[in-house]
Amino acid sequence: MTMSVDEVHDGHAFGPNPSPRIVMMGLRRGGKSSICQVMFHNMQPLDTLYIESTTAPTTSVFSSFIDFAVMELPGQINFTEAMIDAERIFSSCGALIYVIDSQDEYINSLANLHSIILHAVNANPNINIEVFIHKVDGLSEDFRLDAQRDITQRVTDELLDDGLVNVSISFHLTSIFDHSIYEAFSRVVQKLIPQLATLENLLNVLCQHSGIEKAFLFDIGSKIFVATDSSPMDVPTYEICTDFIDITVDMNNLYAVDRRPKPVTRNDANTNNGTVSITNRLESIPQGRPIGSTSRLSNGVILYLQQMVKGLALVCLMRKESMPKIALVEYNIEFFRDALEQLWLIG
Amino acid sequence: MAGARRKLLLMGRSGSGKSSMRSIIFSNYSAFDTRRLGATIDVEHSHLRFLGNMTLNLWDCGGQDAYMDHYFSTQRDNIFRMVEALIFVFDVESKELRKDIETFVLCLRNLYEFSPTAKIFALVHKMDLVIVEKRQDVYRALMKSLEDTSAMFSFQVQGFATTIWDESLYKAWSSIVCTLIPNVTVFQKHLHTFADISEADEVILFEKTTFLVISHVTNARSPGFRSDSTRFEKISNIIKQYKQSCNKLRAQFQSLSLRGSDFTAYLDTMTANTMIMVIMSNKTDSRGSTDLLGNSEINGDSDDSFASEAENNIILANIKIARKMFEKIEMMNPDAR
Repeated sequence: MTMSVDEVHDGHAFGPNPSPRIVMMGLRRGGKSSICQVMFHNMQPLDTLYIESTTAPTTSVFSSFIDFAVMELPGQINFTEAMIDAERIFSSCGALIYVIDSQDEYINSLANLHSIILHAVNANPNINIEVFIHKVDGLSEDFRLDAQRDITQRVTDELLDDGLVNVSISFHLTSIFDHSIYEAFSRVVQKLIPQLATLENLLNVLCQHSGIEKAFLFDIGSKIFVATDSSPMDVPTYEICTDFIDITVDMNNLYAVDRRPKPVTRNDANTNNGTVSITNRLESIPQGRPIGSTSRLSNGVILYLQQMVKGLALVCLMRKESMPKIALVEYNIEFFRDALEQLWLIG
Repeated sequence: MAGARRKLLLMGRSGSGKSSMRSIIFSNYSAFDTRRLGATIDVEHSHLRFLGNMTLNLWDCGGQDAYMDHYFSTQRDNIFRMVEALIFVFDVESKELRKDIETFVLCLRNLYEFSPTAKIFALVHKMDLVIVEKRQDVYRALMKSLEDTSAMFSFQVQGFATTIWDESLYKAWSSIVCTLIPNVTVFQKHLHTFADISEADEVILFEKTTFLVISHVTNARSPGFRSDSTRFEKISNIIKQYKQSCNKLRAQFQSLSLRGSDFTAYLDTMTANTMIMVIMSNKTDSRGSTDLLGNSEINGDSDDSFASEAENNIILANIKIARKMFEKIEMMNPDAR
């Protein structure tokens, strides 16, 4: 995790028109628009088949706790022509996500990636390059690891050949049909949050003093997790936390007096073409007492959710032995909430 | 202990969606999983325990022509005897609607002979394939012909528009199964008592495995209580999906409590076969000021959390006490009133 992105961050205030902080590129039909629609516009993964080709740069503004903009550049762009424009974009962005279609021949993709990296690092040496090896839902487990190894090898070799050694580059296996895309995006966003170390610290302290086994700080709208404590993380835990957020929000919308747009229940095939943007989903949580929910599972695990400031939610896993002391836990969480508020007032 | 046995006939053209529905409601399939179901061979029997005192004997009759011919000839009395309910599934996209209706009439004719007290249900299925504006019309048009034909045999048909892609499936099946529960009025009466004593806004009783609604009571006390009329089936749908998520962790969920912005909901195990959901709206107005960022400052914060903890305990205690009563109802002789 590089702290040098602070320099990029400090140059830009949180204004109503934030400059793009994340740029998404890749060859056409790679899956860039699908990723944006599923993550930020609540589209069902199956419906992404009907998305048309992107012809112009599209920006999704993701304004919850931090004003993010994800700018998607169309795959057909003839890069050399757009070079000058691109350099301007790169200099103000914190991360470049490059999407590779793993089900297709990726040699051309890698060549494109290489030239993009050269320009990006030239314009902004601190940029984080994140490679999404996408559409892995169609590949077997062995094949995925092979593809990841192969791509990592090739890309790093080419960069070494050009003498670029200090490039911050990471590789992620992703698919919109499971939680891997959310996890990968979480990691990308975490590197761009200057307050990350503080948040992790706060979560660690909270967990130690409250008997919490695992805690996540999620963004409710996009289900990206902003921070987690230092205990080891496994994917099923992350998945159940995201599902828990979904059901809490859906159930709340059924009974909340403040009627907002109806929730899109997950197996609903009739989504209105993904026009429910992320801020709509956030507004569908009425103001008032912060929402919380608790669920007991048969294996002794307790899932605990508390809504925090700015569209964030704290999701914890505890053991049922902690339940008698839940008042103390909630007391500690109030301190955590205050700390978050102060953090954002400063930030 | 012999419980009530209810035989349900599930019939309809091949590919209309009978087995998909059955697997979603009774076998925990997700809508997506039903793709891998193949054609049903002849009749598939399932015995499903529903509550403590009822067994549903579901006859999923394969819809291919060869099988259908047998049902109306050689297997007539086997199929149509002692039927409690007929559920006929119409595929809204069917190109041979006339033939489907004829098959329906044949069923009615046989039921009139062998099981004249059977209840008749028609599901107008795959409604997601019809554009929203046309749905009412399509449904009403079909139901009109079905109502007319049923009247010829002095049957009353009840219709539902359904699709596996939303909660309408749960509404239809909850309604169907409720008419079959032998002592549903007893449940309703005691649930009413429970709701009154708990001063709850709404109480819903669900069957544990399928999450179909057995009974519900609404005492809309607070002035702001305006709810979505399709909320019951939506809850079934939401919780069913949560159950599937929990299964990934190799666990089942036992209880859920939700502290919403102006209400609290508790979902807990009632008996071995049922779960109860209690919704209470907040009596105290704990809204404070809201600053520009949308962060609300709640006055009397600590009082609020104490109150809800006490309330939590009271509800759970009430459920515990009521449990014995509801267990007795389930074990009751099905023919008692």
